[in-house]
Amino acid sequence: MDPAVEIHLPLPKDQALNLYRTMLLIRYCEEQLVKSYARGEIPGGMHTYIGEEAVAAGVCANLRHDDAVFSTHRGHGHALAKGMSPEKLIAEVLGKATGSSAGRGGSMHLFAPEAGFYGTSGIVGPSILLASGAGYAAKLAGNDRVGVAFFGDGGSNNGAFHEGINMATAWQLPVLFVCENNLYATEVAFSNASKITDIAGRAAGYGLPGVVVDGNDVLAVYLAANAAVQRARAGEGPTLLECKTYRTRAHSEGMRDVGYRTTQEVDSWKARDPIHLWKNHLLQQDEASEAELSALEVEVFKQAEDSAQFARQSPMPDPTTVYDHLYSQEVQHA
Amino acid sequence: MPEMTFTDAARAGLAEEMARDPLIFVVGEGIGPRGGNFNTTVGLHELYGDMRLRDTPISERGFTGLCTGAAVLGARPVVDFMFLDFELDALGEIINQTSRLRWMSNGQVNVPIVIRGGVGVASTGPHHSANLFSVFMHIPGLYVVTPVFPADAKGLLKTAIRSNDPVIFLEHKKLLKLKGPVPDGEYLVPFGKAAVVRSGTDVTVVAISFPVIEALSAARMLEADGISAEIIDPRTLVPLDIDTILESIAKTHRLLIVDEDYGPCGAAAEIAAQVMERAFYELDAPVRRLNGAFIPAPYSPPLEAAVVPNAARIAQAVRSLIQE
Repeated sequence: MDPAVEIHLPLPKDQALNLYRTMLLIRYCEEQLVKSYARGEIPGGMHTYIGEEAVAAGVCANLRHDDAVFSTHRGHGHALAKGMSPEKLIAEVLGKATGSSAGRGGSMHLFAPEAGFYGTSGIVGPSILLASGAGYAAKLAGNDRVGVAFFGDGGSNNGAFHEGINMATAWQLPVLFVCENNLYATEVAFSNASKITDIAGRAAGYGLPGVVVDGNDVLAVYLAANAAVQRARAGEGPTLLECKTYRTRAHSEGMRDVGYRTTQEVDSWKARDPIHLWKNHLLQQDEASEAELSALEVEVFKQAEDSAQFARQSPMPDPTTVYDHLYSQEVQHA
Repeated sequence: MPEMTFTDAARAGLAEEMARDPLIFVVGEGIGPRGGNFNTTVGLHELYGDMRLRDTPISERGFTGLCTGAAVLGARPVVDFMFLDFELDALGEIINQTSRLRWMSNGQVNVPIVIRGGVGVASTGPHHSANLFSVFMHIPGLYVVTPVFPADAKGLLKTAIRSNDPVIFLEHKKLLKLKGPVPDGEYLVPFGKAAVVRSGTDVTVVAISFPVIEALSAARMLEADGISAEIIDPRTLVPLDIDTILESIAKTHRLLIVDEDYGPCGAAAEIAAQVMERAFYELDAPVRRLNGAFIPAPYSPPLEAAVVPNAARIAQAVRSLIQE
């Protein structure tokens, strides 16, 4: 932690509760989507963020709406934490006209520029490059916006990691690289893919700070991201923040989830559920009462349920819209 | 009108645009103080400094992705690849991100980026001679621009920089020292307007990039044989001005397409298919293609001369087409 960064602990109550609210919203929306998937309401694939909520919530609580986030194939949590409307998110995953891209993208192509969210992605790695570019644009324009890349342990073994982090560091761009190390790239264990344990250790080779935090501890994520965002905004360059976490559901919804990890391992991480950990912390520190937290849970559950209801009742897109927006102006084609 | 080389005209266009908009920046290997391998940026670094003339590491995929992100956030990058061959490392970013972000966000973001690279066979061997026009024509969301004359190099580059969508800007290395008249003052050349660079009545020759120059030489040879060739430079392959080509065919009833790039699934094949669909009954003979040989580009001059469509081969192809 940079000693120049002042953090007042405990967090102000509204901030502490906001972290809880964001994690709940992600969890409840994902559970609605899991239900929809089981009912056959989702035409394509979907990767849930369940178990990793503390990372998106802790990082995005430090961002302004005009900071630019670039996300992954497991990005519902990043989208919601950055401020994307849950109605638009769920509707998009259901392929509806009211979705964030009117049904042309689905789970892996969610966009909410009004919230500074520039996309989930079906390709592993490019978020690192695109967020570096957002940092470049901020520096060029002379504003203090920050670019943020989320990626996984899988992304850290893609060439984009090397090229993007190297350039962002060489040019001291205002970027935060958030590596969600959930131990598996799809179903390939990180231990089979690399000799190292800590991806943040690679930072030394590029000349930027590398920080490892418990990605299931939302306060730890929040504090580490706070320091990194302040560094970036102050023109002191990028940071690589590795958050150790775990997805407790299959890589992709409906996929066989056996053979590469044990039930005991999954259970051990479920016992460290980030939402329960934070709830216990708030109760033990007397920052909130059981009744307050329960009321919040009911309220956010209803928001997720209403959003899913909105999405289910929304119309499918008009097929004639599929040609729209390829170019910013009309172009004659073959 | 003053005479300028292709390179000087294009650089003048870039300089005018950079003076107009402070969010335009150029990235590439050696485009900073050195001024670019092909002199694309000479003199600009001393005016605008590192942030706007950014020398890069050899990270083609990386800086293409970075520039795409910068474009989404409102900057206007020009990516200078030197050789198109180097761009292939970035093809995943160009296809999956650069070309698609606008459409997949349902028009919520723009990607105003120019990706330029030297193309063509010029004693440059297998790794520095790619054309690959149809690779980019095959991807929805991209413009594909192939200037030939200095005035077009400038006017099309300015249009490319002002485009809110990604532009693949391909400059044949044999054109860089070509001199030609360039209008004074501010002007733009629109995309999707072919140029009839020579009028004729007996045959239409559509030539892409440097072969336009060879086709003009061929037309002069053919004139001695009493054959009048009309030469069309499409200037942009996407959008393709098929109407100008069809108008010419309505007059000549014969079409030869000359493209140094490979034949199979190439730009010439696409133009031929569109002509067959729309003007079959105007044709007095089958559409002919004259392409570069379907092998990697060779290095040694006699090997190179054996594979590119030069003026003599174009003239020969026209004579045989006229006899059909």
